[in-house]
Amino acid sequence: MDISEKLKILAASAKYDAACTSSGIDRSGSGGLGNASACGICHSFAGDGRCISLLKILMTNFCLFDCKYCVNRRSNDVPRARFTPAEIAELTIGFYRRNYIEGLFLSSGIIQSPDYTCEQIIETLSILRNKYNFRGYIHAKAIPGAAPELIDRLGTLADRVSVNIELPSQKSLKVLAPDKSKNSILLPMGHISGKIRENRYDIVKYRSAPEFAPAGQSTQMIIGASPDTDFQILRLSEAMYRNYSLKRVFYSAYVPVGDQKLLPPAGTKPPLLREHRLYQADWLLRFYGFRAEELLDEKHQNFDPNFDPKCNWALHHPECFPVEVNTADKEMLLRVPGIGVRSAQRIVIARRQGKLDFKDLKKLGVVLKRAIYFILCGGKRFEGLVVTEAGIMRQLMSESAVKEQEKRDFSEMQITFFDSENAVPTMEDRVKCLTGEM
Amino acid sequence: MPDRRDVIYCYDGSFDGLICCVFESYVKDELPSDICSEEPEQLSLLEIRYIETDTAHSERVLRGIAKRNCSVDFIKQAFLTCVPKRDILILDYIRKLFSYGRKAEFMLADDTVNALNKAVYHCTHEAHLLKGFVRFSEYGGVLAAVISPKNKVIPLLADHFADRLGGENFFIYDDVHRMAFVHIDRRGEILENIDFELPPPDRRERGFRGLWREFYDAIEISERENPRCRMSNMPKRFWKNITEMNRSDTAAKAEILQKNSPLLSENSGDRITSL
Ligand code: SF4
Repeated sequence: MDISEKLKILAASAKYDAACTSSGIDRSGSGGLGNASACGICHSFAGDGRCISLLKILMTNFCLFDCKYCVNRRSNDVPRARFTPAEIAELTIGFYRRNYIEGLFLSSGIIQSPDYTCEQIIETLSILRNKYNFRGYIHAKAIPGAAPELIDRLGTLADRVSVNIELPSQKSLKVLAPDKSKNSILLPMGHISGKIRENRYDIVKYRSAPEFAPAGQSTQMIIGASPDTDFQILRLSEAMYRNYSLKRVFYSAYVPVGDQKLLPPAGTKPPLLREHRLYQADWLLRFYGFRAEELLDEKHQNFDPNFDPKCNWALHHPECFPVEVNTADKEMLLRVPGIGVRSAQRIVIARRQGKLDFKDLKKLGVVLKRAIYFILCGGKRFEGLVVTEAGIMRQLMSESAVKEQEKRDFSEMQITFFDSENAVPTMEDRVKCLTGEM
Repeated sequence: MPDRRDVIYCYDGSFDGLICCVFESYVKDELPSDICSEEPEQLSLLEIRYIETDTAHSERVLRGIAKRNCSVDFIKQAFLTCVPKRDILILDYIRKLFSYGRKAEFMLADDTVNALNKAVYHCTHEAHLLKGFVRFSEYGGVLAAVISPKNKVIPLLADHFADRLGGENFFIYDDVHRMAFVHIDRRGEILENIDFELPPPDRRERGFRGLWREFYDAIEISERENPRCRMSNMPKRFWKNITEMNRSDTAAKAEILQKNSPLLSENSGDRITSL
């Protein structure tokens, strides 16, 4: 089989992994080939609109396991292929020098044993790092069930290591991924986060300690393959961010891969809106200071398709509004629909130079159409505004307002004065979560 | 601030030249109605005054800005942008720095400050996109790329690529502003007023382009097709220089193959069977 045939098969079988980010670490080239940029760089966008930043492939799509939701499962009848470590390394370098990619995202089906598979991935990475002196970005999948020493080796070669949870509850795992268990997933995640913490300490203590997964750990959950609710998923994400200090949780709308009786039938549309709402909520957890229980609860387990999670929260908390833009603290500004991370920052800077009125807010990137219902400027409402519930609903639901917000996200002026303690979404975050700023 | 006068400043197009216009405006205590780097084509009734570039003058202005703790870098970046009336905006901006000091940089609701901030954002954003969208082709060990940006982004790309491709000989050519960044034997240089065209790719280069396009097509989830989203993330104006979006070279090649050599099938051409 020629290289191009293999590439086709092994890219197509990796495409359901949502992660393609290269952010989280700054590393200079130091004369070698390649560097890494903390803000992340998208090199292309596929026909589905997703960012392409890494050469995302499987080493092989042969697999001993039979996870029901996966194209590569043992029982699925698809063409199979396998790359050698040397081939992957050469392909990566050839693409990297042409600036097609930011680096490599390597995952694999499980062949022979988890340990063997992991060793093959390690070999590929060592060729890249040692033979080619490659300093670009590498994201490697930790193979569930591989020995901890191998995961450790992997972590010293890769910038990011990930283990996919895929299914948000033990019950779904049991049914849909019979070869995996909660432990085979959570143990390596815990191990990796422990190593990362230990390593950050070592680096402070002994300058020369080798770095371990400097861009951190991420994971992915499949949306819509199992009956789990948004609330379950979001609470799990929150726990992951807290307990395993994950850098990112990705959500991947399930695309049926062949008819299976336990799963949505072939032809079912992937639940893209639901995935989108989860990304928005995830964004609220990471950048807006929300907690999962504020957004959903036992009685409301799923997001309203009509409103983004932040609007939804605002509508249910009329007691918090309106807020005075000239004095409200930043945390509260961030909770106003129509004010995003950047516009909140700009407001805080600009209002020190003088009182802001509604016209100024527009210049600062606030989407007034949405925000006016929730704010006061100098003690006054927007002139001529009649607050009716129906009016608010209509405005908040209107697609055009959302579109306008999206447009602004990309065409807004830059604030060059970010205070660095605050988490600021990277360009990649913005692309991933399209209506990011809400 | 003084009134606008019926005079147009004309300078040599360099950054120092523009700063000398600022100097002139202070010396004469006047505001020109326009600043241009080429003689205006349209016959104008206004007086045209040529401003000599004298680094002693521009340095005085720049020192003054630095002394007020204001960012000279920001002004240099503004100079790279394509915002309409750029030079006048920069003059007005510097005048604000001199009257209000550092505070002016934060007056984001002020029209001049706002316009320049937006312009600089637009420019750095374009440069950021191009860090990803630049596509090199290899010609006998040298890497070459062409870009067609709206802003003069070459100075903003230079350090990034010099660091990334430290050991490579390469250059990036901006065919709109006719400037290039050239990096040879670990040393980089920006050249202006040059012309360049990419030569046709050789067999190995065509092979890599082919592989990349295969990958690009295979990585899409067709059930999620969303051309509008792609377009807003990767605007169409960049496509002609992006290998996977502009496939005219493969079309041209197929045509030649068909015409000239009935023996060569599509497949035997540029497939890389081993690397
Ligand atoms: S182990 Fe991974 S590749 Fe194999 S079937 Fe399960 S999810 Fe797919």
